[in-house]
Amino acid sequence: MDSPRVIENARLIDPASGRDEPGAVLIENKRIAEIATGAAPGVPEGAERIDAGGLVLAPGLVDLRVFTGEPGHEYRETLASAADAAAAGGVTTFLLMPDTDPVIDETALVDYVIRRARGISKIRIYPAAALTKGLRGEEITEFGLLKEAGARALTEGRTSLADAGLLRAALTYAKNFEMPVIHHVADASLTGDGVMNAGAFATALGLKGIPIEAETVPLDRDLQLALASGARYHTAQISCAASADIVRRALKRSDRVSCGVSINSLALNENDIGSYRTFFKLSPPLRAEEDRQAMVAALADGTISTIHSAHDPQDVETKRRPFAEAADGAVGLETLLAVALRLYHAGDVDLMTLLKALTSSPADLLGLETGRLRIGDKADLILIDLDRPWVVSDAALSSRSRNTCFQGARMTGRVVRTFVSGRTVYDEAD
Amino acid sequence: MAARKPRTRTSAASGASAPAPPPFNHRHLLGIGQLDRAEITGLLDRAEAMVEVSRRPNKHLERHAGRTQINLFFEASTRTQASFEIAGKRLGCDVVNMAVRTSSMNKGETLIDTVATLNAMQPDVIVVRHSAAGAVELLSQKVGCSVVNGGDGAHEHPTQALLDALTIRRHKGRLDGLTVAICGDIANSRVARSNLLLLGAMQARTRVVAPATLLPRGIETLAGEVFTDMAAGLAGADVVMMLRLQSERATGKLVPSVREYYRFYGLDEEKLAAAKPDAIVMHPAPMNRGVEIDPMVADGPRSVIEEQVEMGVAVRMAVLDALLTRREEHG
Repeated sequence: MDSPRVIENARLIDPASGRDEPGAVLIENKRIAEIATGAAPGVPEGAERIDAGGLVLAPGLVDLRVFTGEPGHEYRETLASAADAAAAGGVTTFLLMPDTDPVIDETALVDYVIRRARGISKIRIYPAAALTKGLRGEEITEFGLLKEAGARALTEGRTSLADAGLLRAALTYAKNFEMPVIHHVADASLTGDGVMNAGAFATALGLKGIPIEAETVPLDRDLQLALASGARYHTAQISCAASADIVRRALKRSDRVSCGVSINSLALNENDIGSYRTFFKLSPPLRAEEDRQAMVAALADGTISTIHSAHDPQDVETKRRPFAEAADGAVGLETLLAVALRLYHAGDVDLMTLLKALTSSPADLLGLETGRLRIGDKADLILIDLDRPWVVSDAALSSRSRNTCFQGARMTGRVVRTFVSGRTVYDEAD
Repeated sequence: MAARKPRTRTSAASGASAPAPPPFNHRHLLGIGQLDRAEITGLLDRAEAMVEVSRRPNKHLERHAGRTQINLFFEASTRTQASFEIAGKRLGCDVVNMAVRTSSMNKGETLIDTVATLNAMQPDVIVVRHSAAGAVELLSQKVGCSVVNGGDGAHEHPTQALLDALTIRRHKGRLDGLTVAICGDIANSRVARSNLLLLGAMQARTRVVAPATLLPRGIETLAGEVFTDMAAGLAGADVVMMLRLQSERATGKLVPSVREYYRFYGLDEEKLAAAKPDAIVMHPAPMNRGVEIDPMVADGPRSVIEEQVEMGVAVRMAVLDALLTRREEHG
């Protein structure tokens, strides 16, 4: 059994309660045993004392959208290497997307991932199960059995369900088992051959554009069906101002719907593609600067409730191609928090709102007892130095793939220590 | 004292009477977007001299004898490839044509692998055509020699824009202030993009004319004016530039039928009447007679389409000459 630990002289931030004050946390039996304001509480005998030096102590991050290559494409990323990357980025829990080979669409695979992750991972990995068998968009999977096996949400991963009738049935059936549905919205017929945001820049590059309607049309449809079914529905990610307006309207009618955003859509815009840089080929595509600003505003006003990394490891073979032929996606677990802190340092979003979207909001969606500073919860915590300057180096990433959008980027603020169940799983000093 | 000026030597060898063209300071020609007004004018002047060479009985200009030029075409094009081949041979280059068959499954792999192989053969210049925008630039980053973009997806086709500009300049004496209407499948056309960039840089007044389904978003940032009506778009034009409509686009997805397209956007005498009486008609070829252009117009007195083909060789000689001369000077 681990000996007790006290993390003292910390700035405690608990986004769920709005707490932001100096204090200390006592960890016993892997759980948060006590939270004290000011000086440390009575420290048990033999307890290890960790001086936080005034740094922020917050709940570990919960990332709703992570792709790995295991099973099927282990050369891109294994569960273990993704967990290393997560720990280094302060992510203590992530939701694994079912787009693996084979697809996570049955109980045996859910069980496999849970056992495998428990054996090798430093952090908590929960599988999301496919909404339809093989992600083919034809027949729904066994929601009830998948939930029993340990799947935490239902999703089509990278793909988007085209069949509105099937989605309606899926939402209704998911309500039956109180399973959250997290859906990526992209209409295939409106996306067409598009590979980046439609507009003047795509036209100048001679690349086919993806109109915003490819997102807004299915988003509107999804929200109507979600409201009618009463299911817990979360739009995986939105990318443009028009989508934020649609979500804003739906939120007035129900608190059973919500939406998330990729950190990339908050930090980057289509101009980052520059001269056909395939690392910036993402899904949803990077949009115009006005859209990026609208995403930041929607986060600040609560329209967007969760931020994820959209971590999607791709190897050289899938990225070193002409832009239109390259795969979508970028790694992001290790840079998620630092990039989010850019918004805080710029004065665009306050720290509490940012951390809430990275901790308790995604945890609540999945029904997890984490993402909070709460007595009795597992001690999944991070120490953040808000002002630490550093430069992203792809060679220093823990991920097996190097497709970061932030190579060479200057950051301010990073995780310096990550705890899972009270144990240190990442220490910057190591 | 001027003994170490290689340009003097090469232009003397050419026997051309024109003064030495200004130096060309780019390693590759990837697009018109990289050129400024002076560089465009320099290339056109250089091409003008090549027109003379090409009309002589002995068309050989042994200026670049022993150089190796590879024409790497991932997309079939007999005309453009032949034009580059003739241009290279007239300069004295050893020209190798490579057609690379690509299946949709492994296009990217083929590109990078092929490039590594070719680079090892020590060519001096590679002319590349590829169906993906940006592919030629990607390739240029992996080789030690010069690269000429022979067309990349719907991005750029710089030598086409240069040959069009040379043709216009020979007829109109200038480019600035002319009204040029580019008509047809703008959305999928690299010819349209390169021409808009070049004509914009030379301060011509550009127009695009097409049904709205063939106009890409944001085209107004590239073109001076945007029209969906041919009569309005051609009114007062000095130059009418038609684009090829891929027949597969006129199957009801973007355009309902060839019949309807021809009725509203095909260039016939009636529509051409809106342009200036001395307007010239251009087409990058190959043409679809009866789809985007009436044969009477295509083969009529105002058509300069055949001349464009001739100018194509001269422009490609000029581009190859500029790059190979620079290579000689810079190693």
